[in-house]
Amino acid sequence: MGKRFYYFLLFAISVSFLFGFASTENKKTDKNPKVDQCYACHKEIENLPKDFLEIDVHRHANLMCSSCHGGDPNSSDQEIAMSPSKGFIGVPKRKDIPKFCGKCHSNIDFMRVYQPRIATDQVSQYYTSVHGKKLLTGDENVAECSSCHTAHSILPAKDPRSSVYALNVPNTCNKCHGNSTLMKKYNIPVNQFEEYSKSVHGIALLKNKDLGAPACNNCHGNHGATPPGVASVSHVCGTCHISNMEYFNATRMSKAFEEQDFHGCEQCHGNHGVQKPNDEMIGVGKESKCIDCHTNGDEGYTVSKKIYSSLIQLKNKYDTANAKYLEVKQKGMNDVEIGFQLQDAKQALIQSRTLIHTFDSTKVGTKAKEGVDFSNKASFLAQKEIDEYYTRRNGFAVATLAFLVFVIALYFKIKDKGKKVS
Amino acid sequence: MKNFGNKIISWIDERYDLSPIRNLLDHKKVPSHRHSVWYYMGGVTLFLFIVQLLTGILLLLYYRPGEDSAYESVRFIVTEVKFGWLIRNVHSWSANLLVFFAFVHMFSVFFSKAYKKPRELTWVTGFIILIFTLAFGFSGYLLPWNELAFFATKVGTDIVGVIPIIGGPLKIFLRGGEDVTGATLSRFFGIHVAILPAIFTVFLVFHLLFIQQQGMHEPDEFKNLPEEKKKYISFFPDFALKDLLLWVVVFNILIFLALYFPWELGNKAQAFASAPEGIRPEWYFMFMFQTLKLLPAHVLFLEGELLGVLFFGVAGFVWMLVPYIKVKHRPNWKIQPLTLAGILIVLFIVIMTIVGYLL
Repeated sequence: MGKRFYYFLLFAISVSFLFGFASTENKKTDKNPKVDQCYACHKEIENLPKDFLEIDVHRHANLMCSSCHGGDPNSSDQEIAMSPSKGFIGVPKRKDIPKFCGKCHSNIDFMRVYQPRIATDQVSQYYTSVHGKKLLTGDENVAECSSCHTAHSILPAKDPRSSVYALNVPNTCNKCHGNSTLMKKYNIPVNQFEEYSKSVHGIALLKNKDLGAPACNNCHGNHGATPPGVASVSHVCGTCHISNMEYFNATRMSKAFEEQDFHGCEQCHGNHGVQKPNDEMIGVGKESKCIDCHTNGDEGYTVSKKIYSSLIQLKNKYDTANAKYLEVKQKGMNDVEIGFQLQDAKQALIQSRTLIHTFDSTKVGTKAKEGVDFSNKASFLAQKEIDEYYTRRNGFAVATLAFLVFVIALYFKIKDKGKKVS
Repeated sequence: MKNFGNKIISWIDERYDLSPIRNLLDHKKVPSHRHSVWYYMGGVTLFLFIVQLLTGILLLLYYRPGEDSAYESVRFIVTEVKFGWLIRNVHSWSANLLVFFAFVHMFSVFFSKAYKKPRELTWVTGFIILIFTLAFGFSGYLLPWNELAFFATKVGTDIVGVIPIIGGPLKIFLRGGEDVTGATLSRFFGIHVAILPAIFTVFLVFHLLFIQQQGMHEPDEFKNLPEEKKKYISFFPDFALKDLLLWVVVFNILIFLALYFPWELGNKAQAFASAPEGIRPEWYFMFMFQTLKLLPAHVLFLEGELLGVLFFGVAGFVWMLVPYIKVKHRPNWKIQPLTLAGILIVLFIVIMTIVGYLL
């Protein structure tokens, strides 16, 4: 077992790896010829599809035109290459497109070669969607696979150039949903994109490029796209706003909403144009959402008033403490502990706002009280630091004055001695 | 009160004979001329050393060396301990002013030629004290264990490693291992609070004893005056009172700086973090650091950095031996060769420091 044996072993492993990789590649492409005659001819006569993209995901995976459209890619003779006897399909009809794509995309054995974790239920999901159902009834105006993914410039959804990349989804949907002629037939409004782009979600996604913010498909689904129903609205929002959903679902209001045919979250917050909520939405003021249903004297009116009062008290205390905190920072004093207290106060403020969805003034009041205590502590500490700041400066002024008196006295003493000597 | 004081002195005098001290105080005289102001520079340096000693002892009450405690304890000192912020900031500022005044003192002695016979050893001990002062600065810089200090120490000890033969072992000795770690911190702490003060005090005592023994140096233009034109002031109390006046002013400036320009603590050192921007040594090392940076990678057969380190080593040694260097007096020269060398050295230090901060 000398060194030679190990060198041989290393060599053997390297060679087997190289051949191993080569054989895997072959498995993927062995059906495909070296030259794709469809591509070669169509390129030569400048008759490639309008949306054709060299970096299309299928081309990238060594698939050829014939992989989808059929025909014989080996033959340069148009008659043979595009002969139905060679399985040539040509351009599929719109109603057939989902199945056309589903040939591969619904086949897990085929798909896992390319992406082991890929889903293969897109087509079956699609037929549950409004788009899919309408297509089955023969409506060819609705969206099918290529409407969103394009036909020949398909890119993975994670690729920023893709039409279904999170940042591009709102625009992709808007191509049809913003078309008033098309939507008129279905009696669907066309202002969703406009509303969405001004909403808190739209600003986060489109303006701030925050990929965590929801696009159309996060609420409506993608392949199974459908408008959320009354019962599912709070679940849709609740996928991200979990606590709000749990609190809301556990209240009497939730059932009352269902009975009244009110759309959970949407009733107060809106849908596409959802704005950042503010404290004025609760209470009994002009902007309050509660007074849409509640009137002076009923229980809801009183609860709303109490919740508002707790929240505003905490908010004011927090703002005061925060202003002092900033002053401490600006003065270069110790702000560490104040920062911690303010963090807790902020947390209590957020939790109190979330607890509004319990519609329980005691719960909100208790949490707000915690926040008020943290804010008061922060204010107290900040004031101490601000006082300390001035104490130091005053102390320095007094010390300097004392030193000055001492220095002047010394100066005269020295001068006096000098005179005596002379 | 005065009687009570006299009584105590005579009580001690009766037992321990204070006449040598009294003689010294009564008879010691300080020349008074237009360059007398430089006599006070050594005193200010001494005062700042005393401030360092006292504030250092106070910091020791709370400072805890160690990777997990050094930074936290300094933060505790400046945020929680009563007047801790003042003590720490005075310590940091005083350290910087101490180095500044030590340099001023050294160059004033150089240009007034006070190092000449019989004061050679005063100069040599003074130079050694300066080197130890710089070592105090270098070791103390690391103690708060913040990012800047950590990386500056890394760079500083790397430079030591460049020295041929002894550089490598010396670097490992200073760091307490291959890298700057908690072991380096413990080592620097020991050096800063025990080893350096012990050696420093010995040289300082000799330095002060030499000055007391030989009295203040008289510059040539004063020495050549006729006896009746020579003016003196008594060391005690006249000179001492003026010294005190200056010390009070310097102390006031010191607390002003500590209050209005507190020394930043920065972020805690992270050994695996990438080096932050703006790593630079303390300002008094800047001229050497900048020179090393400007040197080409190779000069003849030597590495540029090595050449720089050797140059500063040799230059420092020659500077220490200045009293023993005999340079022919040139009557035709407006500025004598040694004075010219001194001016060039000061210019070099000032320019390189400025360039170091600008580039």
